[in-house]
Amino acid sequence: MVGVMSNLRQQGLMSDAISHAALPGVILAFLLTGEKQLAVLIIGAGISGLIAAFFIYGIEQSTRIKRDAAMGIILSVFFGGGIMLLSIANRTGGGSQSGLDSFIFGQAASMVRSDTYVMGGLALLVMVLVFLFYKQWKVVLFDPQHANMMGIHAHLFSSLYTFLLVLVIVIGIQAVGVILMAALLIIPALSARYWTHSLFFLFLLSGFFGGFAGGVGTLISSSESNLPTGPFIVVTSSSLFLISMIFGVKKGLIPIKRLSRGTTVLSERTSGGEGK
Amino acid sequence: MTALTVKNLSSAYQKKIVLDSLTFSIEEGTLTGVVGPNGAGKSTMIKAILGLQPKMTGSIEFFNGKLKKLTNHLGYVPQRGAVDWDFPTNVLDVVTMGLYGQIGWFQYPGKKHRQLAFEALEKVNMAEYANRQISQLSGGQQQRVFLARALVQDADLYFMDEPFAGVDAKTEKTIIAVLKELKSKGKTVLVVHHDLQTVPAYFDHVLLLNKQLIAYGPTNETFTKSFLKKTYGGEIHWMGSDQFVESL
Repeated sequence: MVGVMSNLRQQGLMSDAISHAALPGVILAFLLTGEKQLAVLIIGAGISGLIAAFFIYGIEQSTRIKRDAAMGIILSVFFGGGIMLLSIANRTGGGSQSGLDSFIFGQAASMVRSDTYVMGGLALLVMVLVFLFYKQWKVVLFDPQHANMMGIHAHLFSSLYTFLLVLVIVIGIQAVGVILMAALLIIPALSARYWTHSLFFLFLLSGFFGGFAGGVGTLISSSESNLPTGPFIVVTSSSLFLISMIFGVKKGLIPIKRLSRGTTVLSERTSGGEGK
Repeated sequence: MTALTVKNLSSAYQKKIVLDSLTFSIEEGTLTGVVGPNGAGKSTMIKAILGLQPKMTGSIEFFNGKLKKLTNHLGYVPQRGAVDWDFPTNVLDVVTMGLYGQIGWFQYPGKKHRQLAFEALEKVNMAEYANRQISQLSGGQQQRVFLARALVQDADLYFMDEPFAGVDAKTEKTIIAVLKELKSKGKTVLVVHHDLQTVPAYFDHVLLLNKQLIAYGPTNETFTKSFLKKTYGGEIHWMGSDQFVESL
């Protein structure tokens, strides 16, 4: 669901940047406290993710550098720093056993019961926030200036969105890792877009796709030992995307082809094309 | 009553002055065309007035400061390019969004709101497209949807940013009809407009702008050759044709 928002804001890569940027936070938190307390690591990830988001917006607004370039800079700087810190952590001992490596590709199998409660709680929080303020999200995503005009503070919701995005990412990276987290956010949302033209169902469907990919991916990876979870979830998710792209009833390749064969629909589609 | 009072409004974009201390006031019930060359700051002026763009100096007052919950009384029709038309929603939904400011924080729009939105669509001859995806609209149809979204708010003061730009004849006719209706209801409208030929026919007041306020007043007094020359030709002189000659 958060992925839907980031796609509609045309910021798909933002989640990639933030999740990469979470890595140094995780390692730093470990180095400073010296123990692998999940809560501590997540707070570290959250802080460095937020700092990265803050920097990206800052660069975009105060310089001539475009957002994609700003994201590129921040992403590589933070991730590079993270890898550097990781090697330090591994050398100082204790790091290699701590399973910090698993934050890069993720290891769902290493999760414990309390982790799933945290994830479940977060999922619930996101759902409640999305549907409680559905109206506000919609208008802020579609036309933030118009939202401001009507007294719906676009800034407030943008901040809430960034906060949720960081939250979802830092909770998710332990399962799929920092590199593939973005795929988990973006792909389900994109897949869902092929099946519906309604924002409401887009939210629902992308949540469902994400959950489905997560479930199937985890099942496959747990069928044999030592298979990383993240890549399997992403591959499952991508397969869903491929299916959606080809068969999706609203924007899929095959249905559109079939539609345009009918002459009436053809004329409708071409007249609609002018506006683009 | 005065609908809008602007005092000493200045605004800059990336350290370049775009608006230079504008001062004017607009009477209620007037239809004003905002005219000036490209880069004269027309859109910026509207955004600065509405608080969508930071201003450096100046004060804005609506309806002598007498209205409460101002947001319900101001309507804005932005340029079509302001939004992503591939957004997953349909025409009726977009128009209903015009009412979101008047619906409670946690409420969803109901039947009544959709009915109002549908009536607004009828006014702009778009009722038959109510369930159409917005990605399938032509430019003129998009413009009419935006217009309907502003109409449904039933505001008292409207700002429209180039609603006539690049639209088909049918849309142009519709917009004119809507402007006339708004005027007859005593609403105040400011329209950024590019086509000089149609200005006298469409608007009863004109605001000539080129970074500074050149002139504001009734069309027959203000829309004159000398003022227009000052608006459009003045800049060319100022760009330094004299200096250029000197340097040769």
